[in-house]
Amino acid sequence: MSDKKKEISPKTYKFDTLSLHAGYQPHKNAGSRQVPIYQTTSYLFDDVDHAAALFNLERGGHIYSRISNPTVGVLEERVASLEGGTAALATSSGMSAIFLTVMTLCEAGDHLVVSSQLYGGTVNLFRLTLPKFGITCTFVKPRDTEGFKKAIKKNTKGIFGELVGNPGNELMNMPDVAKIAHDAGIPLIVDATYQTPYLCKPFEHGADIVIHSLTKWMAGHGSSMAGILVEGGNFDWMQNDKFPTMTTPYEGYHGLSFAEEFGPTAFTMKARAEGMRDFGPCLSPQNAWNVLQGIETLSVRMKKHCSNAEEMVKYLLAHESVAWVSHPSVPDHPDHELAKKLLPNGRGSMIAFGIKGGKDAGVAFINNVKLASHLANVGDTRTLVIHPASGTHSQMDEATLKFAGLSHDMIRLSVGIEDIDDIKNDFEVGFRAARKPRLVSNQ
Amino acid sequence: MKFKVNGEDVYASTGGRPFDKNKPLIIFVHGSGLTHMTWVLQTRYFAFHGYSVLALDMPGHGLSGGKSLKSIEDMAEWIGKVIDSVGYKEASLVGHSQGCLVTIECTSRYPDKIKTLSLMGGAGAIPMNPELLSLAENNDPKAVDLMMDWAHGPAGHFGGHPVPGLYHINTGTMLAKSRTIQNTLGVDFRACDNYKNGFEAAKKIKCPTLSILATDDKMCPVKEGKKLAALIDGSQVDIIDNCGHMMLLEEADRVLKVLKKFITSNYPPKI
Ligand SMILES: Cc1ncc(COP(=O)(O)O)c(C=O)c1O
Repeated sequence: MSDKKKEISPKTYKFDTLSLHAGYQPHKNAGSRQVPIYQTTSYLFDDVDHAAALFNLERGGHIYSRISNPTVGVLEERVASLEGGTAALATSSGMSAIFLTVMTLCEAGDHLVVSSQLYGGTVNLFRLTLPKFGITCTFVKPRDTEGFKKAIKKNTKGIFGELVGNPGNELMNMPDVAKIAHDAGIPLIVDATYQTPYLCKPFEHGADIVIHSLTKWMAGHGSSMAGILVEGGNFDWMQNDKFPTMTTPYEGYHGLSFAEEFGPTAFTMKARAEGMRDFGPCLSPQNAWNVLQGIETLSVRMKKHCSNAEEMVKYLLAHESVAWVSHPSVPDHPDHELAKKLLPNGRGSMIAFGIKGGKDAGVAFINNVKLASHLANVGDTRTLVIHPASGTHSQMDEATLKFAGLSHDMIRLSVGIEDIDDIKNDFEVGFRAARKPRLVSNQ
Repeated sequence: MKFKVNGEDVYASTGGRPFDKNKPLIIFVHGSGLTHMTWVLQTRYFAFHGYSVLALDMPGHGLSGGKSLKSIEDMAEWIGKVIDSVGYKEASLVGHSQGCLVTIECTSRYPDKIKTLSLMGGAGAIPMNPELLSLAENNDPKAVDLMMDWAHGPAGHFGGHPVPGLYHINTGTMLAKSRTIQNTLGVDFRACDNYKNGFEAAKKIKCPTLSILATDDKMCPVKEGKKLAALIDGSQVDIIDNCGHMMLLEEADRVLKVLKKFITSNYPPKI
């Protein structure tokens, strides 16, 4: 071939291009530049042979939209490409992505080691619901790297965590925890909802399966529920006998050995063929399309989310009404250095801060901001605030709040991409009300 | 399934069906640095339709034991031994890329054993880009990244995998990185670069032969594939538009359709 001296480098598409194009070829879809919404439940078979071939996984293709759908498929490939994963399975919500992952990995009698700083819904799933299926968990504080190791038992089938725990903003040392998992022959599963692949690609730091609530930053617009699980393709399921339903002829799917047949995509293939077939939390094509609209601008939005967040951190740190600020960009944050390493493109847009005056001040602040939306979500393009002690966690006493990493004065802020001055002006109104909470009406 | 050749473990996928010695045998031979998994969208079909299938992991690759074989000639000999080891007297061969060099050489050596030959993205010679060869021999992951770039056409680069949810380039990357790069890709690329007998071997082939080529194949361009096919008596050629070197995945259905027609008519199944 060529003997030119110029250094050669691969010309595979890069992040911003993939976020617009991956998973889709217009010429195979009537030239439609935008991804079509395949609003259908089912797909014609060419003949009986074709039908049988699809059911036996002899050929690729769509059968029924609970299992797969072409619009949803574009989203799956797009997220897989952005994460550097081999395959993905989109689900109706972030919670169902977590549930399907666990159900694909575990059987009754199995155990997981789980970071204690997780989204509250995920904590409920691990603490209360999974035990009903015979799957138990040991919770470990995210900074207690050695604790993850100590908690591993013979029947442990994986470690699960979020990189930056909510609401305390504590980081899990992903590379070290990944090593602990791999030394034990089990995968590391990371919920990277708060990072998106723009801020961190967990596969590059040892994760084996990545989960997103696409409801959040990935979509950005706050219009649609969606989730996804993505496979890194590097985990060797055959290294031990811990995962028999992956590695031996499996009755649950016509005697198929997923690991032998599908190697680096085995987990996703099983999650779809078995999990989606039997549990059925499929994503609607309309919602998949909505999420795709958001992903097209992921880089642009995340840059603004992060720059606004850093501005807000500075503003809050300097503010007389603020007692403390927690965000990995703050120099005295305990994980400041680790965050720099794992989140080089920005430390995310979730901030927790303490408002002087405690619970009453928190209530007054929340009731008086106008631009910031008071609601139970994160990762919208709009700025969101919530005061857990008076809202989501109002039934908890001081001690229970502390255990959950919360306090009476804490406000959780998901910084949006509005003009930064408008966010600050809105906060001024809130802080003014908070300084004299009893004088300000609650409407 | 696992069996032994030259005292080493060999892994082959049987396409999801038990290996049945009463059925005609089709052997699939993967390309440089890859594994049996590249064939998943062809093998299962044949296994469910009257054939016994072996999608091999070459020695030192995938789930097989032993060390990677250093020359195409050694690989061709080894395929001959595979047929003996599983108790067959004859088989059909299907090769991809480097697997084409191996199956051409094997067919020319064992004209009585090989009943049909199917070549995907084949050429009579595969001289390597020296920089790519050196990266692979030095265990540099960039070798895999370059190979994935060059080996994929639009379907690979944009996506649109026939199996919903799978992403071509990253899946290929993981297959090529599943063992140590210099021991798989490095040895294979050197073997391809050294092999000079392809055109002579082709002239000796008498069994029915099919070549599937792709317009966007940068590794083994259509022109090279046609040159090879012209040397093989009565060989059929099928050209796929808008597709790269990984046609067996990028255009899996089209490849299966052509392959099915060719193999079933020249080497009928036993149902
Ligand atoms: C980190 C994290 N994971 C998972 C979920 C659950 O996702 P969904 O609400 O899409 O079910 C959430 C929701 O808030 C979350 O914040």
